[in-house]
Amino acid sequence: MTTVQASTDSLLLSASKHPLPRRSSLGVAAATLVVSALLFVLTPLDGVADFLVFWAVAYVLAMTTVSVVVEGSRRARDRLASTLTAGALILALIPLVAVLGFTIARGLGRFDMTFFTHSMLSVADSDAGGGAYHAIVGTIEQVGIATLISVPLGLLVSIYLVEYARGRFGRVVSTFVDVMTGLPSIVAGLFVLALWVLILKQGYSGFAGSLALVILMVPVVVRTTEEMLRLVPDSLREASFALGIPRWRTIQAVILPTALPGITTGIMLAIARVSGETAPLLLTVFGSSAINFNPFSGPQEGLPLFVFNEAGLPNDTALARAWAGALTLIALVIVLNVVARLLVRRSKLQPI
Amino acid sequence: MAKRIDVKDLNVYYGQFRAVEGVTMSIEARSVTAFIGPSGCGKSTFLRTLNRMHEVLPGTRVEGEVNLDGLDLYGKDVDPVAVRRTVGMVFQRPNPFPTMSVFDNVAAGLRLNGVKNKAELSESVERSLVGANLWNEVKDRLQKPGASLSGGQQQRLCIARAIAVRPQVLLMDEPCSALDPISTLAIEDLIHDLKNDYTIVIVTHNMQQAARVSERTAFFNIAGTGSPGRLIEMDSTATMFSSPSQQATEDYISGRFG
Repeated sequence: MTTVQASTDSLLLSASKHPLPRRSSLGVAAATLVVSALLFVLTPLDGVADFLVFWAVAYVLAMTTVSVVVEGSRRARDRLASTLTAGALILALIPLVAVLGFTIARGLGRFDMTFFTHSMLSVADSDAGGGAYHAIVGTIEQVGIATLISVPLGLLVSIYLVEYARGRFGRVVSTFVDVMTGLPSIVAGLFVLALWVLILKQGYSGFAGSLALVILMVPVVVRTTEEMLRLVPDSLREASFALGIPRWRTIQAVILPTALPGITTGIMLAIARVSGETAPLLLTVFGSSAINFNPFSGPQEGLPLFVFNEAGLPNDTALARAWAGALTLIALVIVLNVVARLLVRRSKLQPI
Repeated sequence: MAKRIDVKDLNVYYGQFRAVEGVTMSIEARSVTAFIGPSGCGKSTFLRTLNRMHEVLPGTRVEGEVNLDGLDLYGKDVDPVAVRRTVGMVFQRPNPFPTMSVFDNVAAGLRLNGVKNKAELSESVERSLVGANLWNEVKDRLQKPGASLSGGQQQRLCIARAIAVRPQVLLMDEPCSALDPISTLAIEDLIHDLKNDYTIVIVTHNMQQAARVSERTAFFNIAGTGSPGRLIEMDSTATMFSSPSQQATEDYISGRFG
C-alpha cells in the first residue's frame, strides 16, 4: 500500500513539473542560431548548407537538454519526436517547393502569348521567339487519346478483379498488373516502335505515342481503382443484392459512385505520370517543329519532347523555352487535377 | 401478399465446413418468428439461406429445400435475384448507400429494377417511409444524405428501403444490436405494425426482444466449436419461454449458459 502510494505521488509530482513556456522553442532556436553563427565566423567551419545542418542539430540537442532539465524526460521525448517528424516534413517539402519555385522563376520569362500561339517552325535555336503551341496540341491529343483508351480498359479490368474474379485466373491477372506497373517506360516505347511503327508499318504518329502511354497507364489505373473498389464495404453490396438489384446494376449505381473520389484521384495520378513521359514519345511520335493537328499520321511534338530538345541546346533563348515548356506541363497537370476534383465534389451530396 | 416458408432438411456449407445441419421448420405467414441461440450457432447463416444471400460469399453451398408457398427457392429455374426481390432483408448494422439521399436510398430498389415513373417513385418512397415510421422525421430533408441520419433513423431508413420493393417476407438479422433502447423500441413497434402485411423472421440475441415481438421462437444451438448448428426446438413464444420441452432451451433462456 505504501509503495503504491509513494509511486503514485512521484508520478503526479513528475507530471506536475512546469512545462516550458510556449515561446521557449523560439528562444532556443535564436540562441543556437547565434552560437552557430559565431562558430562559423570564428572557426574554419564554412558553407551555407553546413551551417543549416549544424544549426538544426544544435537546436535539437539544446532543446532536448533544456526540456529534460526543466520539464522532465517524458515531455522531452515528446518534444524530440515532434521535432524530428516536423523536420522530416520540411526535408520532404524542400525538393517539391524547390522544383516548383525554380520552374516558375525560370519559366515565367517565356510564359507569354507568343509561346502559346506559335510553333518552332523556321525558328532558329538562337531566336528569341518561337513557342510550344505544336507541343501543347500534341501532348493534349496524345495524353487525351491514351486516357480515353486506358480509363475504360483499366476500370473494367479492376471491376473484373474485385467483383467477379474467383480463384486462379484473377490472381494471375493481378500479378501481371503488378509487373506492368514497374515496366520501364522506354520498354513500352520500344514495344510500340517495334510492333506498330516498324512491323505493322504504321509510321510515327501521335497515336503511336498514345499506345505507348496506354501501356504505362492501364496498370496504374487498374491498381488504384482496384484498391478503391476493395475499400467499398461489403455491407453495401449485400444491401443492394438484398433489394433484388442485379450485380451489374449494383456495381454501376452503388459501388462505382461510392468509390468515385478515390478512382478520380487514381486516374489523375496516372495522367500526371504519363504526361511527363519522354522516352516512349521519342521512339513513337518522333517529334516535329511544326503544328500537326492529326494524331493519326505524321510525326508530332509533345511537351516533354519539346523540353528535352530545347534543354539540350546551348542557347539561352532555347533554355528559356525549355523552362516555359516545363512550367506549362506542370500547370496543365495541376489544372486538370483541380477541375477533376471540382467535378467530383459537385457530384456529391450536400451534407446537412 | 405475405407468404409462408417451409424448410425441409436444410444443410448449409462454407466450403467443406457444415455450418448448419438438418433444419426443418415452418414459418407462418403474417407473423413474427424469432431465432435465438448462442453466437456462432448458425442462426444468421440459416436466415441468409432464406433469400439466397448466403451464396453471395464464394465457396458456399446449400442442400435441401426452402419452399415459399410451395415453390422451392433452390429449384433449377429459380433466379436468385428474383428471390431477393420477394424476400427482403435488413442487416445488423444500418447500411444506407452513402452516395444517395434519403429519397434515393428508399427509391433505389425500384429505380435500379427499372421503375422510372417519378410519381410512382415518390408515392412509393412516402408509403415506405410512413410504413417505417420515419416519414415525419425526414419529410423535410429527403434530399439530404441518408448517412446524415442518426443510427436509429438509418436503420428505419434501411427497413423503408427493404419494404419499398414490396417483398413478401422480411428477414431481420439482429436489427437492433447496434441501436440504443429508444431506437430499439421504435423498431419493435414497427415490427409489430409490419406483421399485418409481411412474414417477418428476426434473429436476436436479446431474449426479452424475442419474447416481446414474436409469436413463434426457434432455438438454435451447437454441440461445440467446429460442429454444425442445429435447430433444437421451435414452438410458440409463450411455450418456449415458460415450459420448453428441451433442457438446453430452458438452460439458455434462463441464462444458465450462452
